[in-house]
Amino acid sequence: MSPREQPAVPPAEARRAPDFRSYYGRPILKRPTWKNPDVPVYLFAGGLAGASAVLAELAAATGRPGLARTARLGAAGGALAGAGLLVHDLGRPARFLNMLRMLKITSPLSVGSWILAPFSGLTTAAAAAELTGVAPALGRVAGVGAAALGGPMTTYTAVLLSDTAVPAWHDAYRELPVVFAASAVSAAGGLGLLGAGAGENAPAARLGAGGAAVELAASAVLERRLGEIGAKYSTGRAGRWMAAARALSAAGMVGALTGRGQRRVAAVSGLALLAGSLALRFGVFHAGMASAADPRDTIVPQRRRLDAARPAGTEPGPQPSPTRGVTTT
Amino acid sequence: MSFTLDERLSAPLMDPAAEAGYAEHPPRMGFFTDTSVCIGCKACEVACKEWNAIPEGGLDLTGMSYDNSVGLGASTWRHVAFVEQATPNRDAVDLGMPSVPQGALQDDRELRWLMASDVCKHCTHAACLDVCPTGSLFRTEFGTVVVQEDICNGCGYCVPACPYGVIDLRPGDGRAWKCTLCYDRLGAGLEPACAKACPTDSIQYGPLDELRDRAAERVDALHEAGAEQARLYGHDPADGVGGDGAFFLLLDEPEVYGLPPDPVVTTRDLPAMWRRAAVAAAGTVAAVAAAFLGCRR
Ligand code: SF4
Ligand code: SF4
Repeated sequence: MSPREQPAVPPAEARRAPDFRSYYGRPILKRPTWKNPDVPVYLFAGGLAGASAVLAELAAATGRPGLARTARLGAAGGALAGAGLLVHDLGRPARFLNMLRMLKITSPLSVGSWILAPFSGLTTAAAAAELTGVAPALGRVAGVGAAALGGPMTTYTAVLLSDTAVPAWHDAYRELPVVFAASAVSAAGGLGLLGAGAGENAPAARLGAGGAAVELAASAVLERRLGEIGAKYSTGRAGRWMAAARALSAAGMVGALTGRGQRRVAAVSGLALLAGSLALRFGVFHAGMASAADPRDTIVPQRRRLDAARPAGTEPGPQPSPTRGVTTT
Repeated sequence: MSFTLDERLSAPLMDPAAEAGYAEHPPRMGFFTDTSVCIGCKACEVACKEWNAIPEGGLDLTGMSYDNSVGLGASTWRHVAFVEQATPNRDAVDLGMPSVPQGALQDDRELRWLMASDVCKHCTHAACLDVCPTGSLFRTEFGTVVVQEDICNGCGYCVPACPYGVIDLRPGDGRAWKCTLCYDRLGAGLEPACAKACPTDSIQYGPLDELRDRAAERVDALHEAGAEQARLYGHDPADGVGGDGAFFLLLDEPEVYGLPPDPVVTTRDLPAMWRRAAVAAAGTVAAVAAAFLGCRR
């Protein structure tokens, strides 16, 4: 049958009867207005920057100037990109300073802005000192300050997503910080492999491989624990991104463990780890978008909770049915 | 007055205005929307648009009965839902609902329309307000939740935070908008425009305590009259959002009207989220440090 000949309305048996009631199948939640690719890339850039800031100081302290330089530039670049993307995502970018009007602990975006703003300044100062050689001591102090904020940089974005009504994000609040931290660590390791020579890249290789392993394990746990809602991470657009993330991170992990001594293998493994981390952020982003759009994710668990709490013997009477199914019978 | 963390985030809270820092304030005001007398005239939608000077939000013929405004949004602050149902004919009391000739239906079935005017719930524990990073969303002295459009920077966090899908960014404007419970009219001692316009008093405005009492009486009366499907929604201070400032009497399950059956304010779990994030952040630092341990040059 050519597309033209297909009936506009599929026959009744082709339309799967939903096992829950809703208002014309409309979603309950509003579609998040966060933009694609701004927000997933912001999640990635912030994570990469945070873990890189920690890596940079330890590399400098252990006498690995090449690795320290790469990580410092990565930290500053990631922070500035993240801040830029965050501003670009606003409905009113000119008002971005309103983010710092107050510090509000119930708003992960407020807390995050208060982490991101000083972190961007400090990493930029450290990178500038690195590049120009001017005021190295001040640069070093800035770098240590940035490293202190590096850990929180890798996980506040997980709280940002979880502190919403979107089931696939909210319900994942236990695993998501671990997934994001591991993804950030893996990306920072990847960048180190890409930028530092074989003489200095051993910590980066370990970090990349370890981060990727935890990322893979924690996202598998997340998907499984969430049950039906976890399916949002394995189907559709999100599913494709998550599959890509798994393949890339696994490949990067193997490469980092086995080939860090060869310049080319190290660089390719580093790129794979970075790409895996980025793909994971897209996957998590799209899982939430799909979950918000699906009335089932919102209605079914809530209905089940209510029915379980209902005292026995008080089941509702005969249920009215939508007219469409009944008029013809 | 002092409040525990639980009371601040999700537990029953009698006085949200006091929790927000108003030492002295008027009683908490709200809406009781009794959908059993709604005739679907949409006077509320129109009055709201007119009074608040809300721009047109797009015109669609949706095929969803007489509902062409689809749902609440940045430019629709009252929304009248239309549900068409065939129900078993139980010769229940005539609520005066509009009906159509029964000929097309079997004898034991009748067609009924459910109509309900939806609105922002002005939650006791409002997730939109909790997550707003700029302080644009705030609690008024009447216990309602309002956006200050001169502060909102359009970050959009409130949008996925609302468990009812109420608030949204307005395309082209970039800022978040929703029902203000006519904050400007309340200050002048007037009732909100929708309640004023409602011809059947389906939308009732008043002190929340009085409305809750009135609603309990109404639902009892309906049960006595045989309308056993009548139930209140959002009236209970012990529910997941601490009770709604705007609550409803419904004639079917909430999800049939597009309402979440058992919403919970997302910030209930925020302390646990921050704890997990702090541990994971420490894990990041530990992992990086471990990568250097025993690494020879
Ligand atoms: S219904 Fe949504 S928009 Fe209204 S107060 Fe509650 S959380 Fe905020
Ligand atoms: S969009 Fe505006 S009102 Fe909503 S959370 Fe952001 S700043 Fe607050």
